[in-house]
Amino acid sequence: MSKLVQALNSARVRGWLYQALFVSGTLAVGWYLVSNTLTNLSKRGVATGFGFLNREAGFEIGESLLTYAASDTYLKAMVVGLLNTLTVSAVAIVLASILGIVIGVARLSSNWMVGRFAAVFVETVRNVPLLLQLVVWYTIMNRLPSPREALEVVPHVFLSNRGLKFPTFVEHAGHGWAFLALVLGIVGAVLVVRYGRKHRETTGKPFPTLPLALASVVLPPVAVFVGSGAPFAFDVPVLTGFNFEGGAAVSPEFTALLIGLSVYTAGFIAEIVRSGILAVPHGQTEAGLALGLSPAHILRLIILPQALRVIVPPLTSQYLNLTKNSSLAVAIGYPDLVSVTNTSANQTGQVVEAVAMMMAVYLIISLCIAGFMNWYNRKVALVTR
Amino acid sequence: MISKLQAAALAAVVTLPLALTGTAQAGATFDGVKQKGYVQCGVNLGLYGFSAPDDKGKWTGLDVDVCRAVAAAVFGDSEKVKYTPLSAQQRLPALQSGEIDLLARNTTRTLSRDTANGLNFAPTNYYDGQGFMVSAKLGLKSAKQLNGATVCVLPGTTTEQNVADFFRANKMNFKPVVIEKNEELHKAFFSGRCDALTSDASQLAAIRAAETQNPNDYLILPELISKEPLSPAIRQGDDEWANVVTWAFFAMVQAEEKGITSENVDASMTSPDPDVKRLLGVTAGNGKALGVEENWAYTIIKQVGNYGQSFERNVGAGSKLKMPRGQNALYTEGGLMYAPPLK
Repeated sequence: MSKLVQALNSARVRGWLYQALFVSGTLAVGWYLVSNTLTNLSKRGVATGFGFLNREAGFEIGESLLTYAASDTYLKAMVVGLLNTLTVSAVAIVLASILGIVIGVARLSSNWMVGRFAAVFVETVRNVPLLLQLVVWYTIMNRLPSPREALEVVPHVFLSNRGLKFPTFVEHAGHGWAFLALVLGIVGAVLVVRYGRKHRETTGKPFPTLPLALASVVLPPVAVFVGSGAPFAFDVPVLTGFNFEGGAAVSPEFTALLIGLSVYTAGFIAEIVRSGILAVPHGQTEAGLALGLSPAHILRLIILPQALRVIVPPLTSQYLNLTKNSSLAVAIGYPDLVSVTNTSANQTGQVVEAVAMMMAVYLIISLCIAGFMNWYNRKVALVTR
Repeated sequence: MISKLQAAALAAVVTLPLALTGTAQAGATFDGVKQKGYVQCGVNLGLYGFSAPDDKGKWTGLDVDVCRAVAAAVFGDSEKVKYTPLSAQQRLPALQSGEIDLLARNTTRTLSRDTANGLNFAPTNYYDGQGFMVSAKLGLKSAKQLNGATVCVLPGTTTEQNVADFFRANKMNFKPVVIEKNEELHKAFFSGRCDALTSDASQLAAIRAAETQNPNDYLILPELISKEPLSPAIRQGDDEWANVVTWAFFAMVQAEEKGITSENVDASMTSPDPDVKRLLGVTAGNGKALGVEENWAYTIIKQVGNYGQSFERNVGAGSKLKMPRGQNALYTEGGLMYAPPLK
């Protein structure tokens, strides 16, 4: 008896006991919810399972990276939606980062106008709900003229309330080779950058990294392009009936969502960048100046490496937020994953499965982004010895 | 099975109401309604003529009248209804989970909803069809001229599939713009983002009446591309409740056929017509069979009116919609409204 009491009093046993209780409690609640849902669904005669994914979807999707038709399956429709989500999120992450860094640095500017302007921008976009901003951007897009009165921005590029129509290349074998040359050029540029760094570290002398890297990226594809007889042929948009035929288009929905997400997130990123730069003590800059480094070198070699370790973790959250916020697309008609899945759920009535799939997909996307950013964070983190 | 369980585990979080409903309460909707003392009725978020709050905040409309008729039959008081405004996506789960007792929300009766979704349907209270509205400026005469058009579509209905079917059948292309909120969708159409707006013809008429300066600037094309029998729905598993809802509506149709209105119903109590006597409960029997008071149909007609009155008041000549009776006329006048004998 006394042994049992003694055991119960030991911190180790207690720790185990509480954890075991917690885990089994969580599992029990989860099991109850799942089994109760399944029982209730079957009791009410509601179909369950994922068999519907192989049935014909029967609805059209406004824009798609793949060739999709109403006769394709629900699964394909959802893949189209997923790709649309990924496209708008990826482009918006890049734009938001660029804009955010520019505004963040501008807010620290000693120029009164620039600083004030950046502050007003940040406070406005951060404090107005994203949904409202999206609706505003979309309304502006829809105020553009109709296709018949489209603005011809530059020859053969038309701006109307159906989006931006622009010519595309007619495909040619030479393009593939030029693309291959571009890839090789990028690989070359990476090697140049690495060599440049090593050269500087071992000899302490600067190396013309930037011009060489640029040349490596630009010259080979251009050379191949010209060498293969410079095949230039355009598929030009032409107004027929209701809309333009030919060429490619960026839809107003995509544009509105892209601008809305980028601008909104840029407001937050700007503040993160500003905090990161301010986190580096001013003494560091002065020390750099005392060593005779140029302001550009100070920013690149002293301030940024230290600022990044402050910036990256909250930046990850912003990227995750942006991706999840892209689901507001349903409000302005961009066919993202949520929009397509909602339609599928409504047509099949299998809401539980559809919502579960959406949750799983967003979870996977978010974990991927978080995983990548954590890897990057470890790379830029300050190494203390 | 495992994957199904895992999926359900994830989904359980969002469908918590469904999961927490408990297993004991399946069926017996009718008993539940009587116990609560009111009918919990799922209606549209706001569709002029069908279910929308008026300027005093009181719900009115053709669908709302179904809720009121059922309440009148069960409680002798058409006001004993609580309304749950539902989006197209919310409506089926709300009914399946037991959150509402009756769904009267311009819902198309289909085979899959009747089976896989676990619903039962009461008789159709509005025969509708999907159409297209276009700007009169385009000078179109037929939906078959819409090749290459951009079409604004409201999601969450059979609408998206119907429009895709129509264009496929006629070997034409279109681009859909699918926006979840009615207002934003209509705004996109009226600003010219889309060449056509597609929805049930009754809804197009409602939108045209309520949201344009000059309704003649917009044209509803003559083709109806689908059958949309809009019907009230209940959960499977309570046949008594299904009976009450079904016959409450038939009583309104029968009353119109017999020429009984809310104004002359008291005078009709002395009618020698045996059908009228049975309908109004002067000859007892129908009420007992349904499990309600014998004067149930009298109460419906007195408080809600007959089907014709409800139609004219909400969507017909007495409303802004000015919809013709068309298929919704009595069978005696070439329509589809037909009540089986109430005996």
